[in-house]
Amino acid sequence: MPYEPVIGLEVHAQLLTETKIFCSCSTQFGAEPNSHTCPVCMGMPGVLPVLNRKVVEYTMKMALATHCRINEACNFARKNYFYPDLPKGYQISQYAQPLSEHGYVDIELDGGKKRIGITRIHMEEDAGKLLHDEHLPSSYVDLNRTGVPLIEIVSEPDMRSTDEAVAYLKRLHEILVYLEICDGNMEEGSFRCDANVSLRPRGEMMFGTRTELKNMNSFRNVQRALDYEIKRQQYILESGQDVIQETRLWDDSKGETQSMRGKEEAHDYRYFPDPDLVPIVIDNAWTEEMKKSLPELPLEKRERFIRDYQIPPYDAGVLTSSRALAGYFEEVARLSGKPKIASNWVMGDVLRFLNEEKRDIKECPVLPGSLAEMIQLIEDGTISGKMAKDIIVEMYRTGKSPQAVIEEKGMIQITDEGTLEKTVAEVIAANPTQLAQYRGGKEKLFGYFVGQVMKATQGKANPQLINELLKEMLAKE
Amino acid sequence: MELHQLTIHELQKLIRSQGIASSDIVKSVFSRIDAVEGNVHAYITLMKEYAFAEAAKADKDVKEGILKPLTGIPIALKDILCTKGFLTTCGSHILHNYVPPYDATVVQKLREAGAVFTGKTNMDEFAMGSSTETSYFGITRNPWDLERIPGGSSGGSAAAVAADECIASIGSDTGGSIRQPAALCGVVGMKPTYGRVSRFGLIAFASSLDQIGPFTKDVEDCAIMMNAIAGYDPRESTSVPLNVPDYTEFISRGIGGWKVGIPKEYFIEGIHPDIEKAMQRAITTVEGLGATCVEISLPHTEYCLAVYYIIAPAEASSNLARYDGVKYGFRPQGSIDLLDMYKKTRSAGFGAEVKRRIMIGTYALSSGYYDAYYKKASQVRALIKRDFTEAFTLCDAILTPTSPTPAFKIGEKMDDPLQMYLSDIFTISTNLAGIPGISVPCGFTKDGLPIGAQFLAGHFEEGKLIQIASAFEKYANIEKRRPAL
Amino acid sequence: MGIEKQDTGLKITKEEVEYVAHLARLDFSEAEKSKFTSQLNDILMYVEKLNQVDTTNVEPMSHAIALQNVFRDDSVHDSLSHDLSLSNAPEARGPFFRVPKVIE
Repeated sequence: MPYEPVIGLEVHAQLLTETKIFCSCSTQFGAEPNSHTCPVCMGMPGVLPVLNRKVVEYTMKMALATHCRINEACNFARKNYFYPDLPKGYQISQYAQPLSEHGYVDIELDGGKKRIGITRIHMEEDAGKLLHDEHLPSSYVDLNRTGVPLIEIVSEPDMRSTDEAVAYLKRLHEILVYLEICDGNMEEGSFRCDANVSLRPRGEMMFGTRTELKNMNSFRNVQRALDYEIKRQQYILESGQDVIQETRLWDDSKGETQSMRGKEEAHDYRYFPDPDLVPIVIDNAWTEEMKKSLPELPLEKRERFIRDYQIPPYDAGVLTSSRALAGYFEEVARLSGKPKIASNWVMGDVLRFLNEEKRDIKECPVLPGSLAEMIQLIEDGTISGKMAKDIIVEMYRTGKSPQAVIEEKGMIQITDEGTLEKTVAEVIAANPTQLAQYRGGKEKLFGYFVGQVMKATQGKANPQLINELLKEMLAKE
Repeated sequence: MELHQLTIHELQKLIRSQGIASSDIVKSVFSRIDAVEGNVHAYITLMKEYAFAEAAKADKDVKEGILKPLTGIPIALKDILCTKGFLTTCGSHILHNYVPPYDATVVQKLREAGAVFTGKTNMDEFAMGSSTETSYFGITRNPWDLERIPGGSSGGSAAAVAADECIASIGSDTGGSIRQPAALCGVVGMKPTYGRVSRFGLIAFASSLDQIGPFTKDVEDCAIMMNAIAGYDPRESTSVPLNVPDYTEFISRGIGGWKVGIPKEYFIEGIHPDIEKAMQRAITTVEGLGATCVEISLPHTEYCLAVYYIIAPAEASSNLARYDGVKYGFRPQGSIDLLDMYKKTRSAGFGAEVKRRIMIGTYALSSGYYDAYYKKASQVRALIKRDFTEAFTLCDAILTPTSPTPAFKIGEKMDDPLQMYLSDIFTISTNLAGIPGISVPCGFTKDGLPIGAQFLAGHFEEGKLIQIASAFEKYANIEKRRPAL
Repeated sequence: MGIEKQDTGLKITKEEVEYVAHLARLDFSEAEKSKFTSQLNDILMYVEKLNQVDTTNVEPMSHAIALQNVFRDDSVHDSLSHDLSLSNAPEARGPFFRVPKVIE
């Protein structure tokens, strides 16, 4: 029987605020354990939370970018459970009244576009970190991460394949990073994902029993875990057994999902509105203000690039993969007036150099102005495209302008007809055999002559001029 | 008169006229503590060395002409307020060794006003109780009769003022924990409007009901203390950003022409006959001041206790989850695993009453019961608040007994939680509605036990309470007695 | 005033007391369990009286004073010194709080 997977994702994204959600401790990653802590985030007796306004605004941005409805009023609730990384014994989260609901994002697949529903986006605080001793029966608690602001983005169970799930995840990731509200770093846990997976016979309306997958800390692991879990459930169903509703952890080294068997508690979180925090009321003016602050989003940008710059969808996709890269490209395009050529240089050489060194576009030594200038120099014939390939290497290495590189290396293109005519004549004179063959009809040898002229001029000759002169002079008796 | 017997405003005059040094006052207070604390046991921790050092600083300040509102005045703090560097136990084994790394806002404000702290007073464990019998650190006795309880939960703070073991003190009130012990110990106690005094650094019992307030020897001192502790605090989200008036200005304004509401639901059978008589006298006194007493109705009164005994334990069950043996406080040895550590810590760390309330609260919030209990109680709470809003369209203030009975015998109600909970029957509605209330002495029972009258006013009308209570205090001419200790 | 104790049926059973105790991470002896079961029953019976109140269309009240939109600015203030953070720890190990091993 053909089965169809049904997948829903819960994404937790850490917000890029300076301070924690309910206190003024720094959110910086990697500090000494228990040093970014204060009585409030440590849950000391007597402390009270006060909400960071930025957290609300960042969440509103994500809600607007994913077409969610922003609720007029929302509040915080306490989710009660015991765990050593949860110092208050409850997590402050949103429950009955989240900030936003009913949104969607569109994902692009080989077969076209698909819309994935977003159930809700809400704010909450992160928990601390536990480290487990390998030798002693001990765990160690670090509360630096406690209280770092998170948004939880819950999708509808709209995805029907691993590819769709990964595409959705990448789309969310891209939007969050574009909005500059999350750094998207999956390894450091700034962007985390849990998945609900079930299978049902194709055509069936009812959902099957689902499992919840956790501990997938890269796109690749999400892909592998989902593929594994779908196969596992398919095997169970095909052998006539029932899938057990449970939480399963992805084990990267073994490449399989494992049941938490019995270690998981029946959850009874006893949610109730947090009496220490007051409702958040969002009026139209505030929403409008946030809307205005939204940057152009990746999908819109991609479509505009294709339309306005006449570049292929693939290139537009690469160039809009980050806001900084898109900005870089647009600057080069604007300054050079040659978007398609600009796209080729950015996609080709610039990105290749950066990728080789794993550097970000923001650190690119070739400034947009320099690259535009180089394109101009090619256009007006000062340098050849071939010379440019060498020049840009120097520009990248030294950060210098193309003019400076050209002057230092004496790389001005020979465009003087008189000088070049002399060289062409010398080349022809030095190759009588080839000349005879050429004149005898072996026209392929034209390229040989071009090469010889280039060699004699150390590549500085204007290729167009060489062509013209050679054609003329080879024809001459 | 000994210095420890005086009020804040009397001592202020003595300090200002340079006759008396803070060191003398502190010395007098500590000699009184030495004499009676063995019987009363009002304190969990004394801060003697600190108090003398602070008094010396105050004396230096006075010499330099620096006079703050409470310069050199010995004040006791309920052990529910966090004091940086000083043990803060909340009356519990689970915090028996906890030393906060920060000061509560109120502690900070009192320091800034020049107060000298004498120590941390005894209380029911986590403020859960009406008799100060549930403290891990032993019971406090009523200075008027050492066989009896001082009321609670702020019993230590009330007893300390009544026994002159401090000049004034701070307590907290979640369902009557300031007003009821004030009444039972014959002192003045005020619970301000919710949001008027910062809760930051007040160890939470029930967050939506808790409020800090003063115990004093008279109403003028209450106004002075309120001036020092009231005000907006950006560290608390539920703190109200309103200006605070000078409460001393409400003293001796009189209440001519006022309407004072007498809620019929508060004058019912079950009230101690001497208290009933005292209330009749109180009504006469109020009318003698030129006010008219009018009968009003607070129709949802009979549900207050039920609402309270769902909401307070529910919030408490969550507030007390942080006591898990990980970050601070008590943790027993020899746990086999994490779950075992949690259970051992909490079972041995909390006393019976605290566990009982955690159980009720956990149950009321648990899956399947939330709507029937917590939500229902929150809805009835809205109706209780509405009762008061409507009542205050008909009157300026409300007069009720503070407690249905005078101080009861130690141990009398310990095994019947519901009977114990009834001690708060007249004070709980105030916390549910968030309005301010004050208890002032209004006489004695035949057995010589103090009786308190409670005045209530609308949100942020503490000034009105000072006004009526000070007028009442003067005109009622209550016999000046002192407990025989 | 006065509390009507009805003894018609149990509001909470011993099994429920055990479940709730586990949720609250409390352990009770058998004697405590039966005592609590009976006391909790009394209290729950008593609060039953709330069902007499018609609360149709009444918004639940979660705050005594209605405030909204209370925020702080996103600027970093000093955290607690490391020593103070751990100064009350029942068991510290290096810069960490130590707990019995958590099995994941």
